[in-house]
Amino acid sequence: MLILTCPCCGVTGEETEFHQGGEAHLKRFGPGSSDDDFHTYMFAKENPKGAHFERWRHNNGCGKWFIAARDTVTLEVYGTYPAQTHEPPQHIRDAITARRPGWTWREFA
Amino acid sequence: MKHYSAFAVAREALRYHMGWERAWASPEPKKKYDVIIVGAGGHGLATAYYLGKNFGVTNVAVLEKGWLGGGNTGRNTTIIRSNYLQDPSAAIYEKSRSLYETLSQDLNYNIMFSPRGVIMLAQTEHEVRGYQRTAHANALQGVRTEFISPARVKEIVPIINLDGPRYPVLGGLWQARGGTARHDAVAWGYARACSAMGMHIIQKCEVTGIRREGGRVTGVTTNRGDIACDKLGLVVAGHSGHLADMAGFRLPIESVALQALVSEPIKPCMDCVVMANTVHGYMSQSDKGEMVIGGGTDGYNNYTQRGSFHHIEETVRALIETFPMVARLKMLRQWGGIVDVTGDRSPILSKAPVDGIFINCGWGTGGFKAIPGSGWGFAELMAKGHSPLCDEFGLDRFYQGRFIDESVAAGVAH
Repeated sequence: MLILTCPCCGVTGEETEFHQGGEAHLKRFGPGSSDDDFHTYMFAKENPKGAHFERWRHNNGCGKWFIAARDTVTLEVYGTYPAQTHEPPQHIRDAITARRPGWTWREFA
Repeated sequence: MKHYSAFAVAREALRYHMGWERAWASPEPKKKYDVIIVGAGGHGLATAYYLGKNFGVTNVAVLEKGWLGGGNTGRNTTIIRSNYLQDPSAAIYEKSRSLYETLSQDLNYNIMFSPRGVIMLAQTEHEVRGYQRTAHANALQGVRTEFISPARVKEIVPIINLDGPRYPVLGGLWQARGGTARHDAVAWGYARACSAMGMHIIQKCEVTGIRREGGRVTGVTTNRGDIACDKLGLVVAGHSGHLADMAGFRLPIESVALQALVSEPIKPCMDCVVMANTVHGYMSQSDKGEMVIGGGTDGYNNYTQRGSFHHIEETVRALIETFPMVARLKMLRQWGGIVDVTGDRSPILSKAPVDGIFINCGWGTGGFKAIPGSGWGFAELMAKGHSPLCDEFGLDRFYQGRFIDESVAAGVAH
């Protein structure tokens, strides 16, 4: 059972209170962009065995979106932070490095 | 390979069963093979088998990081059906179902194919319309299915409760020649036949890297040394993204845990497979008498092979409403497998962006039923470069926006 803390309202709840909303930190490519960019944005998924960043919504709570850094193998939650953040905060990167030295996730490390 | 027969059983009975040999050999890896298949699950072994049988390619190694058939092949709920909506899906799944019909004879290994019939329950008006549409599509595709009334459902499955109240049974999509097979035996039968053709099945051999030269694959790095090859087939289900990473490309795939559970064994009470897709539960009775129950997928990517706890409650709650008698059953075991899900819920059987690499993945929650057909088509793709069964399932369909959308027809439960 995954236990997440919503950074918006501060409530800690189990996974049934939240809903996962796909990969985080996506750069969106819409009309006018190249086919390659659109294809990569739309379909090529990060599917790591290890640290992963995802959008979650506190849908049975405050209803706000946030980002969770989570491990897909151990289910450890490295931390959550508001959706308005453009890249993972340093303390979360450090928490991941402590468990998985040398990790990378798209352009982040 | 010694032939299995009634005579062989009698012969061994007379000499204390000392003459049985191992079903497949466990050789040391050679330095080089023509073809390496990564993943000794059903799909990987079936690919190797049809490479040898249909195309005479026998210098083949099948590498497995764990034990043979220990991934999703040994973790599914063994359902076989081909009542899909889209033409390319119906073609490959029906090919597969028809191969299952004679697979025991072809492999000389009893895979216990039991065409006991599969009902997909329609429990909402949308499902009634959806399944009527599927039945019409299947009629055009040459797949024998029919939409049946609630009374007929009750006749086939006497233990069902039609009234709901929340999800009444409004009808069902019935495929009489669908059913189940013994999942381990499918992997073991293919492995035995591959070994008999001289192929190498190498267990506990984990691929840690994929070697390339000038945009072409040259071999793999494993925990048992480097092995060279001309062609490489990746058939690793949930870990496809991980291996694609090693080869330097990305896939439109996300890996999630799908779980299943079995009850204590009881006397025969249901002689077909019932799937209830609206409530995410499906059930059949194994030959041992256990009720085999399939549940939902996790709502987030993971590689845990166990699944979220609350899904058990949701699945069981739904089944109790449809089958009140299971309320008194004790559950014996629960487990999960990592399924590789694509956006359109259809598989990927394709050349990879690296020359010489072929990828067979994305079977998501419904790969077991497709094992023979997938192996048949993928072997042809690897041997000849294209295959009528696989051509529609290429990676390029995402780039071209040419989806084979089974997410409505096949939903979650398989």
